Amino acid sequence: MFDKLLASEAVSEAVEILCNDMPFALWETAYVTVLSTLFAVIIGLPLGVLLVVGEKGGVLPLPKWLMGTLNVVINLLRSIPFLILMIMAFPLARLIVGTTVGTTASIVPLVIAAFPFVARLVESSLRELNPNIIEMALSMGASPFQIIVKVMIPESVPSLISNFTIAITTVLGYTAMSGIIGGGGLGKIAINYGYYRYKYLVMLFAVIILILLVQVFQSLGTRAATRCDKRIKHK
Amino acid sequence: MIEIQHLSKTFAGADGSVEALRDINLKINDGDIFGIIGMSGAGKSTLVRCINMLERPSSGTVLINGRDIGALSAEELRKVRRRTTMIFQSFNLLMQRTCLANICFPLELAGMKKAEAKKRAGELLELVGLSDKANAYPAQLSGGQQQRIAIARALATDPEVLLCDEATSALDPKTTRSILELIKQINERLGITVIIITHQMSVIEDICTRVAILENGSVVEEGEVSKVFSNPASDAGKNIVSPEERALLESDIDERIIRLVFNGSAAAGRPVIAQMAIDEGISANILYASTRFIGDKVFGRMLLGLPRESDAAERAIAYLRRSGDIFAEEVERNV
Repeated sequence: MFDKLLASEAVSEAVEILCNDMPFALWETAYVTVLSTLFAVIIGLPLGVLLVVGEKGGVLPLPKWLMGTLNVVINLLRSIPFLILMIMAFPLARLIVGTTVGTTASIVPLVIAAFPFVARLVESSLRELNPNIIEMALSMGASPFQIIVKVMIPESVPSLISNFTIAITTVLGYTAMSGIIGGGGLGKIAINYGYYRYKYLVMLFAVIILILLVQVFQSLGTRAATRCDKRIKHK
Repeated sequence: MIEIQHLSKTFAGADGSVEALRDINLKINDGDIFGIIGMSGAGKSTLVRCINMLERPSSGTVLINGRDIGALSAEELRKVRRRTTMIFQSFNLLMQRTCLANICFPLELAGMKKAEAKKRAGELLELVGLSDKANAYPAQLSGGQQQRIAIARALATDPEVLLCDEATSALDPKTTRSILELIKQINERLGITVIIITHQMSVIEDICTRVAILENGSVVEEGEVSKVFSNPASDAGKNIVSPEERALLESDIDERIIRLVFNGSAAAGRPVIAQMAIDEGISANILYASTRFIGDKVFGRMLLGLPRESDAAERAIAYLRRSGDIFAEEVERNV
């Protein structure tokens, strides 16, 4: 399979393909990843907050059936393999973006797959918060809403950034899979050229670029989390 | 005035329920510095949390200026809490906010405009002597400084009552004294009623006017600090005030024992016991002494042993009572 990987015609062909397709694919991947993660955070953040504040003894206890439903739905969505989820999300994609194929359409299943994950990440971030801090806020006359927006979220920002970084790299991995249902980007290049047309060198390049992207996202995220954490005495 | 009436609190645990507080009755007057002392697990923290309803009592009422705090709506309770603020053992500052922003926090909760809140926070920073730390983050401050910021924050909303939950337990003795000094100043200058929860007797001695001793969820003794501490009636009181003294009294020393208590007596400059030997010819045996000088005042207690077969003990008591504000009495012993 890899014996003619570096034959001269294979290399020149790969370089040509990469020069033509790679910039746009890179853009598509970045666009889908960032946008999907953003939507996933928009939906997942409030849900993650609810998971923490809504439980018994929380800041804003919610009915048991509601918490139960929320947990089941999140677990359910988290347990469906992404490949299957993409197909199951076709009707919803058609409803929202008007089509089931293409780059923009792939955002729909990505968000569905990512928001429950984000909700769990947010939940774990908020649980790290010292309960004494919440007691302090209560003792100062804070309302449940004030505790959420003025204490829980701001105090958890470094941890949230770390966790959102995990989310974005996971979504990046999913975008590659969405190449199968016609989503664009690096995944499409890897599958179309590498899998369907046996151009392994192109596939290899696409994978290397994905690896680099993960590295970039991860180090940017880690840096941002450390930078904004005022508990660290770096000044 | 804060009145705690028949307050009880029971926690339902996995292995049966735990009675944390039993029929507590206390009256705390405006302007008092009221101490509540007890060993770990006596129920102090639960009691102080019942005053602002962070813990709901199982039964009984808490009245602040005649209002039943337990019967208030959530919104009314939040308003009461702004006037009954609290400081904590672990300071509980918001670590991602600057000191100034921490002090602004309760003002933001109360809906004050940002500029106005900042101005007020600046004044409070000055009051606690940390104006230069406005833009520093709590992690960059020492424990004592963090507690000062927490005090400034607690004062931001002009409270009538300040609840201190083991506020000095995480601090070294010197810092403890400076924080207590600050609390005393606040009490005197702003007229804020202070309730102090502690397990350290020195804290009560230093600044409290009245004290309640809590043991196993009940108040076993209550009254003026000088009275309760010079002659505790309860076992818990005796244990807290002077565990060493207790051990000594149970030993078989064949002497009459006099207990001296210095409660801010102006005796620091004079060798009282030596002077007594010269003036009265009484040579007392110092069995136990634990005294501290704060400024030119002396605090603490001492046990003197005197011969059994003379009236030396009576003469010594009379002499010592004459020499400044020393409390002196013979200790009853069952020998």
